[in-house]
Amino acid sequence: MLTLDDVTVSKGTFQLRANLQVPPGLTAVIGPSGGGKSTLLAAIAGFGPTVTGRVIWDGDDLSGKEPGQRPVTMLFQDHNLFPHLTIAQNVGLALAPRLKLSVKQSAQVDAVLTDVGLPGLGGRKPAALSGGQIGRAALARCLLSDRPVVLLDEAFAALGPALRAEMLTLVRDRMAQQGRTVIMVTHDPNDARSFADQVLFVAEGVAHPPLKAAAFFYDPSPAAQSYLG
Amino acid sequence: MARSAVAIIRSLPAWLTAALVLALTLGTLLAVALRAEVGRGLSAGDWSAIRFTVLQAAASAIASVILAIPVARALARRQFRGRGALVMLLGAPFILPVIVAVLGLLAVFGRGGLLNAGLLALGVAPISIYGAGGVVLAHVFFNLPLAVRLILQGWLSIPAERFRLAAQLNAPIWRVLELPMLARHAPGALLVIFLICLTSFAVALTLGGGPRATTVELAIWQAIRFDFDLGRAALLACVQFALCAMAALVAWRITPLNGFGSGLDRTVARWDQSRWDWVWLLLVTLFLVLPLAMILWRGVPSLPDLGPDIYRAAGRSVLVALAATTLTLAGALALSLRGGVLVALVGSLPLAASALVMGTGLFLLVFPFVNPVTVALPVTVGVNAVMAMPFALRLLSPAVADIRSDYGPLAANLALGSWATLRLVILPRLRKPLSFAAGLTMALSIGDLGVVALFATPAQETLPLAMYRLMGAYRMDAAAGAAVLLLFMALGAFWICDSRGQGDADAG
Repeated sequence: MLTLDDVTVSKGTFQLRANLQVPPGLTAVIGPSGGGKSTLLAAIAGFGPTVTGRVIWDGDDLSGKEPGQRPVTMLFQDHNLFPHLTIAQNVGLALAPRLKLSVKQSAQVDAVLTDVGLPGLGGRKPAALSGGQIGRAALARCLLSDRPVVLLDEAFAALGPALRAEMLTLVRDRMAQQGRTVIMVTHDPNDARSFADQVLFVAEGVAHPPLKAAAFFYDPSPAAQSYLG
Repeated sequence: MARSAVAIIRSLPAWLTAALVLALTLGTLLAVALRAEVGRGLSAGDWSAIRFTVLQAAASAIASVILAIPVARALARRQFRGRGALVMLLGAPFILPVIVAVLGLLAVFGRGGLLNAGLLALGVAPISIYGAGGVVLAHVFFNLPLAVRLILQGWLSIPAERFRLAAQLNAPIWRVLELPMLARHAPGALLVIFLICLTSFAVALTLGGGPRATTVELAIWQAIRFDFDLGRAALLACVQFALCAMAALVAWRITPLNGFGSGLDRTVARWDQSRWDWVWLLLVTLFLVLPLAMILWRGVPSLPDLGPDIYRAAGRSVLVALAATTLTLAGALALSLRGGVLVALVGSLPLAASALVMGTGLFLLVFPFVNPVTVALPVTVGVNAVMAMPFALRLLSPAVADIRSDYGPLAANLALGSWATLRLVILPRLRKPLSFAAGLTMALSIGDLGVVALFATPAQETLPLAMYRLMGAYRMDAAAGAAVLLLFMALGAFWICDSRGQGDADAG
């Protein structure tokens, strides 16, 4: 269980407060822009802003740990693959940060690429792939990493509706339903409605504890109501 | 505690580089200042050297910028086949060995050159290129292209909509748009070129001299090589440093270094064009191409006759350039990775320093202990590396910052660690600026005729110095042959390095 214990994140004059727990499964983070959605993810991943309070994973206090030392793998809005490395190398970074892959690890990479529908494309570079294929390759790296927390910061925002649905299906089936804690920022409440187990509403500098998706949409709070319109 | 120790070890290369640059700039300056015989003051000859240094630099800067204005305007409003090649040609003098260009100018404007042959046919008295006129001519050859590129940038910075609006209102474009732009861009160009001409030793060495055309740097060289008057050399070196330091920092802020004409490959649609554009473009092309064509024409036939001493000198030049390039790239990379105030310091100090001042300081430092001749080549490597450092830093430092801002979070999230990040992310993505910086440093170092002239005897001479010796002995055919060799080495080294970075690392 991921716990944010009385956390305050300061970014310039902006402050985000969070006192909540995120259960395993797919949690969608929604709310008006500028409300602090990306700031929340950055605080969990260990990037940048000052944090008071504690970020706890299974009783282990993450505060002060480097991003790479946290049980977190993250997809950003862009720059998720190194363009000068092949797809297989990019995915392989999840297993061997120095890129010295054993035969077994290489086989794992090939297998996960097949899983996400990119069989035989490991030797290509990202520039030779379509936007959807790039998204799947980045997802493949997250699938391969053994880190229990997966953060998606509008990672599929640039994709069309059909591709996005395809990615979200992969995320739900291959990550959330396998017991990982997936936290996904999205602009589109429909993504949350169709795919998420929980909804975490962030507005005006406050991250509210996640609610079951059905409950959230059935009876939204006044702030959520004014956001959803 | 352990963490801070690791941090210190990581930034050690950056500190070592900074120490080398500081030692060669401020350290040599200190040696020079301590040795300078201030008490005896400056002689009349010294004062005339100072006067000539400033006047020729001012004349060169003014002539370059004034001539550049019509050329830049023609390039800004004319689209034609070969325009890209001309813009590239305008970048070439930066990596052209000075002494090669001087020999080419001699072939056009010198005693037996094309111009005087023409004048003779018309019955007019021949002109002499040696002296102040020749020094300014050579400086215009090198800096007119730079001025054109600087001012062309100004022209292209005027939004196309303004030209459309001016044309629609029938407003005078020169008065409304171009003059204000020139008022912004021309002073910077003047200052940069003035500074470059203050420290251009090789031109003064080959075309200047005598009481009326001796620069401060040339006087330093004469004081060491002919009079062995180290006190006077030191005093003059202090004067030279003061001259450069005055203009350097201001000038550096406004010098663009954007590859060979990148961003200059477009024109703006406008409705005022003059036939004179073609005349200016033709003249500047001839001015740049003729001297080089003459070198090839005279030099290629004598290539087979070059002696083994020339090839040995060429070998030394390559070794010196390879060593200097290695030092420069390693140092600039270490500094770029560390960032911060050291980058600004190392990026600007060598610009205020003159190679001759560094050379004088080093001469004073090593002279009590070893024969300066024996350290001629290591000293040349060090000075060349330091002089090229600002250029390499200006190329690498912003590129490293971009890579970090784009891919830093991903690398951190993947726990790559600093070595794997360097090896897997930063170096591959830096290939282009690294190759370009390597090419520049190689070409500059191969063509350098500066500090080596203070230290070397024929047994240590580099190719430019050997070429200078041939010219001094009036063996002009052999000198032209050596010039062709030097030209191909400098351009070839640049091309080999730069083309390694041209392939797209992200393709396929």
